[in-house]
Amino acid sequence: MAQTLLRLEDLHTQFFTSRGVVKAVDGVSLHVDVGETLGVVGESGCGKTMTALSILRLLPEPGRIVSGKIEFRGRDVTKMDDEEIRDFRGNDVAMIFQDPMTSLNPVTKVGFQIEEAMTAHNRFTASAARTRVVELLKRVRVPAAESRVNDYPHQFSGGMRQRAMIAMGLANEPSLLIADEPTTALDVTVQAQIIQLMKQLNRELGTAMMLITHNMALVASLCQRVVVMYAGRVVEEGPVEQIFSSPQHPYTWSLLRSVPRVDEARKDRLVSIRGLPPDLTNPPPGCKFHPRCPFVIDRCKVEPEPPLEEVATNQVARCWVLMRNVNEADMAAAKTSALSVEAAQKLKQDMAIQPADEVHTNAGG
Amino acid sequence: MQAAEKNPPLTAVKTDPVLLRVEGAFKYFPMSGLAGLSVRAVDGVDLEIRRGETLGLVGESGCGKSTLARLITALLPVTAGKITLDGQDITRLRGRRLRRIRRKMQMIFQDPFASLDPRMTVGDILQEPLDNFGIGTGRDRRNRVQELLRLVGLNPNFNNRYPHEFSGGQRQRIGIARALAVNPSFIVCDEAVSALDVSIQAQIINLLQDLQHEFNLTYLFIAHDLAVVRHLSDRIAVMYLGKVVETADRNDIYDRPQHPYTKALLSSIPVPDPAVERERALITLKGEIPSPVNPPSGCRFHTRCPIARVPGVCSEVEPLLEPHGARDQSAACHFAGQA
Repeated sequence: MAQTLLRLEDLHTQFFTSRGVVKAVDGVSLHVDVGETLGVVGESGCGKTMTALSILRLLPEPGRIVSGKIEFRGRDVTKMDDEEIRDFRGNDVAMIFQDPMTSLNPVTKVGFQIEEAMTAHNRFTASAARTRVVELLKRVRVPAAESRVNDYPHQFSGGMRQRAMIAMGLANEPSLLIADEPTTALDVTVQAQIIQLMKQLNRELGTAMMLITHNMALVASLCQRVVVMYAGRVVEEGPVEQIFSSPQHPYTWSLLRSVPRVDEARKDRLVSIRGLPPDLTNPPPGCKFHPRCPFVIDRCKVEPEPPLEEVATNQVARCWVLMRNVNEADMAAAKTSALSVEAAQKLKQDMAIQPADEVHTNAGG
Repeated sequence: MQAAEKNPPLTAVKTDPVLLRVEGAFKYFPMSGLAGLSVRAVDGVDLEIRRGETLGLVGESGCGKSTLARLITALLPVTAGKITLDGQDITRLRGRRLRRIRRKMQMIFQDPFASLDPRMTVGDILQEPLDNFGIGTGRDRRNRVQELLRLVGLNPNFNNRYPHEFSGGQRQRIGIARALAVNPSFIVCDEAVSALDVSIQAQIINLLQDLQHEFNLTYLFIAHDLAVVRHLSDRIAVMYLGKVVETADRNDIYDRPQHPYTKALLSSIPVPDPAVERERALITLKGEIPSPVNPPSGCRFHTRCPIARVPGVCSEVEPLLEPHGARDQSAACHFAGQA
């Protein structure tokens, strides 16, 4: 059995706004084992970032952890005092963000910022920290690290900045690195390099990683296990191979089939999920995904939300239907688009009366 | 002229399978205060887009793909070169004639938040192009607006609402409806789905495909996401530092990439399948994209190319975009297909 590093139990994080209480994280339980790579996927607003910020107790106002447990190596993070939480951040868990430009201070040298991350935690002496900066930049494969420590962030490219952020995250040798959409702002070739770097660091240093992303392909590339979130809830969880080959929750299935694969010739239309994610101040009754689910049955609407139940070894899903009970014809029907064929016919008639093709007849002279 | 009279084309330009032709297009942006220096955003591009097809244009940030789109839609004047739509040179058009040609080509932009005027109702946004081109009577236009909203799957009674009342995906549908309002034959989609969540992205991709089928549209689809581009396009052109380095059928470019840059680009795209991911070999490019102010000599990819002969032909002679590999495939590389 792998040793558990971090365990969330029934975590509720809410935002108290003038519009009402937003249940951003609504009873999330998950764990990360030592040295493991976990992917947390879902669309914007599903609560994946708020889960991560809850772990570090970095929630923006007016957000609050309302109930639940965050256990790191047996210590409850929600009960730590200010001193302890400062020590916990960086030393135990570090986080890197999507936009490496806004996370670095533009008026301070990159090397100094990494050094500062270390001296703030009293783990390294000032001189040890200084030599370690170059070592860290080398570790994240920044070329000519000796001279680039003296550069300012604007002198770094986007990929280099993200490398510097990772170096800063690793500075105090945390056992867990949370990466929130670390490559979304980067070009594809750079994205590939960063993901490769994270893989190598996971192998070399044994740092556990929690990758928060909407990109299923990145999860397939980096992670061993995946948690799928929807409307503040975990809807499915399991080993990456199983989740990708046999997803059981319709939301997971839709997410996987809504993105084209570069290695496949176009065979088929994409699955599109109708409607929009729910308003978290007033989520729908029953299963929260039911208004958008292509395989919805009456039970999903009237009964309380289904529990997370084991659907295969190590795989759990929160669904009354489960994909293994859905037939091919219903799956094909999920590949809709918004187009109204009726309106298209009408418009074509209108446009035929007022053709746009007058360019040829009038532009002659 | 004489040759044309002796052997007249069967029926003028209409039979030309190519709708849009870019010939030797250049766009240099002079840098203020630095006499003689300029950003060579588009640096000699030849391209053809055939009627009814989707041409995918891919490349990393700064490769010039958006500038090229703006040249093609005559939103920016070319520094040199010729762009013809339906046989008509659009680079020399001014005034009323330019307006007429604009009606045939429309654009869908990346950011559905920035590309709709927040102070206009959706109805006004959709009616504006109809007003501009004087299409139909007032009542015709109002009806057309309702049909357009219905076309893209929005409630036609929403025409009095403002853009902020819609989600990102809905706004992008409004942007699509606006582009279709004047019955164009050619639409440029500049990163039209990049800013959207994956499930919404699929809605828009399916909608674009259906619209193309219904209205017989020709698309130039610009994106950095090669998977989306492969899914939507018939042919794909790859740009690097202001130049097209490879064009081919969407399947050939993936199965048999001829240019080392195309290969590297394809190798860096993750696939949502852990079994494939374990085997995927990443071709890492060294260094960074050079400055378009002073691109490298010879082949401009030679500074990062894994197979370049430097010093040698690659750093001295600029390769031309020539047929390599499959039928209809061209690559600008001295050692095409040898990576």
